[in-house]
Amino acid sequence: MKERNFFNIITVAVIALWLLIFAFIPNIMMFIISFFERSDTGFFEVAFTLDNYKSFFSSLYFQVLFNSFKMATITTILVLIIGYPFAYILARSNFKYKTLLAILVIIPYWTSALIRTYAIKVLLTTNGIINTVLETVGIIDTPLNLLYTEGAVILGLVYTLLPFMILPLYATIDKLDVRYLEAAGDLGASRFKVFTYIIIPLTVPGIIAGCLLVFLPSLGLFYIPDILGGAKNLLIGNLIKDQFLLARNWPFGSAVSNLLMIIMAFMLFAYYKSAKKINSKVL
Amino acid sequence: MSEKYLKNIYLWAVYLFLYIPLIILIFLSFNSSQYGTSIGEFTLKWYVKLFNNKGLVEAALNSFVLAVSVATIATVIGTLASVSLFRFKFFGKNFLLTLIYVVLMSPDIVMGISLLILFLVIDLPLGFTTLLITHVTFSLPFVVIALFSRLAGFDKNIIEAAKDLGADSLKTFWYIILPSILPAVVAGWLLSFTISMDDSIGSFFTTGPGFEVLPLKVYSMVRLGVTPEVNALSTIIFGLSFILIIISQILLRDKTKTKFK
Repeated sequence: MKERNFFNIITVAVIALWLLIFAFIPNIMMFIISFFERSDTGFFEVAFTLDNYKSFFSSLYFQVLFNSFKMATITTILVLIIGYPFAYILARSNFKYKTLLAILVIIPYWTSALIRTYAIKVLLTTNGIINTVLETVGIIDTPLNLLYTEGAVILGLVYTLLPFMILPLYATIDKLDVRYLEAAGDLGASRFKVFTYIIIPLTVPGIIAGCLLVFLPSLGLFYIPDILGGAKNLLIGNLIKDQFLLARNWPFGSAVSNLLMIIMAFMLFAYYKSAKKINSKVL
Repeated sequence: MSEKYLKNIYLWAVYLFLYIPLIILIFLSFNSSQYGTSIGEFTLKWYVKLFNNKGLVEAALNSFVLAVSVATIATVIGTLASVSLFRFKFFGKNFLLTLIYVVLMSPDIVMGISLLILFLVIDLPLGFTTLLITHVTFSLPFVVIALFSRLAGFDKNIIEAAKDLGADSLKTFWYIILPSILPAVVAGWLLSFTISMDDSIGSFFTTGPGFEVLPLKVYSMVRLGVTPEVNALSTIIFGLSFILIIISQILLRDKTKTKFK
């Protein structure tokens, strides 16, 4: 009996301590630092202030936050529009190799995201493939400026995050009870009505999970604007990175990071609420 | 009939979107023209140039050593913990599970900078150790999730039987539980390995001078311009990840079979 407890205590203690020291405490430290003042000599000055949160609304940073939210929203909507029909068709199909087809979606996501972003850069450069093809075909005379635009950043985000939307949606749609749909059909509902009143509500957990997995990273993936975007298309991630590595303003950087954590908490809450209601967890 | 056609076209269009950049990279890595503007001859010169780039090769080796260490540590800690979490109820279990999920969902950038804060406050020099800690922290939730889904189908009566027959905890784990969850353990290892090899955001903050890892090296090269060696490197990485995925999928397929039996 003692032995069992010993094994249990040690194994759980190791992971609990690890996550406590390297995840929980660092986050608490970040939270506390966000209320401190910046210091010219050290990383921060121990003095309570709300200025870091007020700085969100100064025109300089507000523009970055606003732009980043705008791009993240556009990305999430685009990914949902592309991903939902895809996941739906795939999950409800009767292909022999359905699972294999779902795995095919994951494979590019397993290769380095950085390299995939670079691949998009290769596609978009002035003398890159898209321009060459368009010029050869004769649609354009001079190369288009595709790179270093907002569109390029959004394309990069959509490309990088698409599988994160497709997979949770696929999982929920795959689990849909066909009897509900048949029942609705038998009762005279049109296909459009079945879709809007039955399928969409039942797949809400998948939609929220997908949005969570897309919206949050699309605020933070700073290397995508670094590779594909100009100076105007910064993400919140770029702002955080610069506050810590260039401006050395830890308290403000921490405050911006906390904003991301608050958004995450809010979205996780929405996810658990909806999953509980429908009783199907995807994550 | 035409509806089915449209559906298939849509599916393949999305696949094309997902795969085209990778196909182009692979094609360019064997193409003699530097910018991919023209289709030149088949060449291996970018691969030769890649292997002559000492900094790049060293970064690749560093990343490999780091990823093996990360995967091994995360898998050992994660597997043992998952088994105990699965078998026993204890005070604070729900808090621990919530913490695991929150770490899983946390944006990499927030984890990266909060760890940077910790390392600088406790004055731990940035380098191999800090990268190791960061990547193990990133990987642990994934290992636990992989193990949990495998353990979900595990019959607890078998453990009781082993105990009745006189096996202690360690023996039960080693001879009864481990063999049956082995595919998930290997899958968890591969998952952690890939996370560590791939991570650029966490590494960006917790790396130090003297220990350069591959993603950051690639990052600095790619920012400066289009470099054909990176095409060659990407092709190699893509090939290797492809092999790893196939191995892990074969192992995971075993799981779904038992699940739906």
